[in-house]
Amino acid sequence: MNLPITLQVNGVTHQLSIDTRTTLLDALREHLGLTGPKKGCDHGQCGACTVLLDGKRVNSCLTLAVAYQDAEVVTIEGLADDERLHPLQQAFIEHDAFQCGYCTPGQICSAVGMLNEAEAGWPSVVTTDLTADHIDLNDDEIRERMSGNLCRCAAYANIVPAIREVAESQSIPQETRR
Amino acid sequence: MNPFNYERAHDITSAVTLLSRAPRGAFLAGGTNLVDLMKLGVATPDTLIDIRRVTSDQIEELPDGGLRIGAAVLNSSLAADRTIRQRYPVLAQALLSGASGQLRNLATVGGNVLQRTRCAYFQDVTTPCNKRKPGSGCPARAGYNRDLAILGTSQACVATHPSDMAVALVALDAVVRTQGPRGSRTIPLAALHRLPGETPEHETVLERGELITAIDIPALPYATSSSYRKVRDRASYAFALVSVAAALDVVDGVVRDARIALGGVAPKPWRATQAEAALRGKPATKQHFRAAAEAELAAAQPLSENAFKIPLARNVIASTLLDLLKESVQ
Repeated sequence: MNLPITLQVNGVTHQLSIDTRTTLLDALREHLGLTGPKKGCDHGQCGACTVLLDGKRVNSCLTLAVAYQDAEVVTIEGLADDERLHPLQQAFIEHDAFQCGYCTPGQICSAVGMLNEAEAGWPSVVTTDLTADHIDLNDDEIRERMSGNLCRCAAYANIVPAIREVAESQSIPQETRR
Repeated sequence: MNPFNYERAHDITSAVTLLSRAPRGAFLAGGTNLVDLMKLGVATPDTLIDIRRVTSDQIEELPDGGLRIGAAVLNSSLAADRTIRQRYPVLAQALLSGASGQLRNLATVGGNVLQRTRCAYFQDVTTPCNKRKPGSGCPARAGYNRDLAILGTSQACVATHPSDMAVALVALDAVVRTQGPRGSRTIPLAALHRLPGETPEHETVLERGELITAIDIPALPYATSSSYRKVRDRASYAFALVSVAAALDVVDGVVRDARIALGGVAPKPWRATQAEAALRGKPATKQHFRAAAEAELAAAQPLSENAFKIPLARNVIASTLLDLLKESVQ
């Protein structure tokens, strides 16, 4: 059945009429033309569809659009500041952190959310001291925290350094930490 | 996916009423499992009652020193909570061992304990499955069963419960609080899930329309010495072959008390009561840890491909306890 819904995506409010079965991923891609988020497995196993929902990284393929009308959605299209790329986008280019590029929008959105989680002091399962205030994002931490994003080209060897560089530089401007 | 109506409940009472009126409806929370099962055709609700906003998303102190976790608390929020990390490290580790960062940001505590098995036959509507279609048979017994259960199984079903979080919670004696058409009640988490027996389609003791509102964890001072160890086919983002949640209370080299629960080996989060009983009052040594594990696993009934889980579970129980012992004497 169709319902009128409102979605807030990359700072713009959209009114849509969609079937209740529409996932957020399909709403973004098929209704709003935002094809950055990719449909890989469509079952929450690959992370290619990752977007930020109220600043948190989620799999948009497992969320129903109708359920997230009050949330602020940010996709890869919403990360750059006009002509200036987000530091993670720039780092992925500089480190050649992809081959085919299909997983890249999800990798980058996931990394944005992941860096915010680490900055908030969230531990991971490889964090030695669960009660520590500060998270040292070494390669093991980055790999564990990014394990929800698969890259079938296996560009991991460059993805990890790209993310580490941004983590170390602490260069994400506050306004883009969504 | 089948068409469905979507309704957002505004409070617990209206959620329960809405679902009572929709005999083929389902509650929707994080949706990470339900939406997937709907795509697969395994779940075919005609109505979804969105309950993401109706139960608490807070973690509260209880007068006895325990904690009350609202059913809508996200898995990621619970794992990051400072009190959980300090008092119940086993729970934080179990949560962080499960799924991915993205999924933990959607999945709720209430939904986590009610997630369905990842048995390949259950998820594939082209094959028989007694849980999905009662009486249709179980191809897993003679088929792909490497991931499946060795304890608590029946002829009808050998599926495992997939949750990591629930394994830690059952070790901590967690209690589930619910509200349903007939009022509210509390259910020990250990009694929430049923063993499959002849009716694997009945997975919990919850009644139609009964909603989990919160989960209570009693105080357990020695749980500061607790941990969760998960063994799986890859280093991250995979379900457990075997997992162990354990807490150990050792005084003067003797086990005063222990909590042990297993994941990946049974149709429910498996409290290892035999192993706990075998340990109490015994010297805290590797030999006794192994003997306790063997006491629990004596009832194991391996399938054609999963006999490896018996020695694996024994070794993981023993090594987890040994690590806790070393940590406690440091």
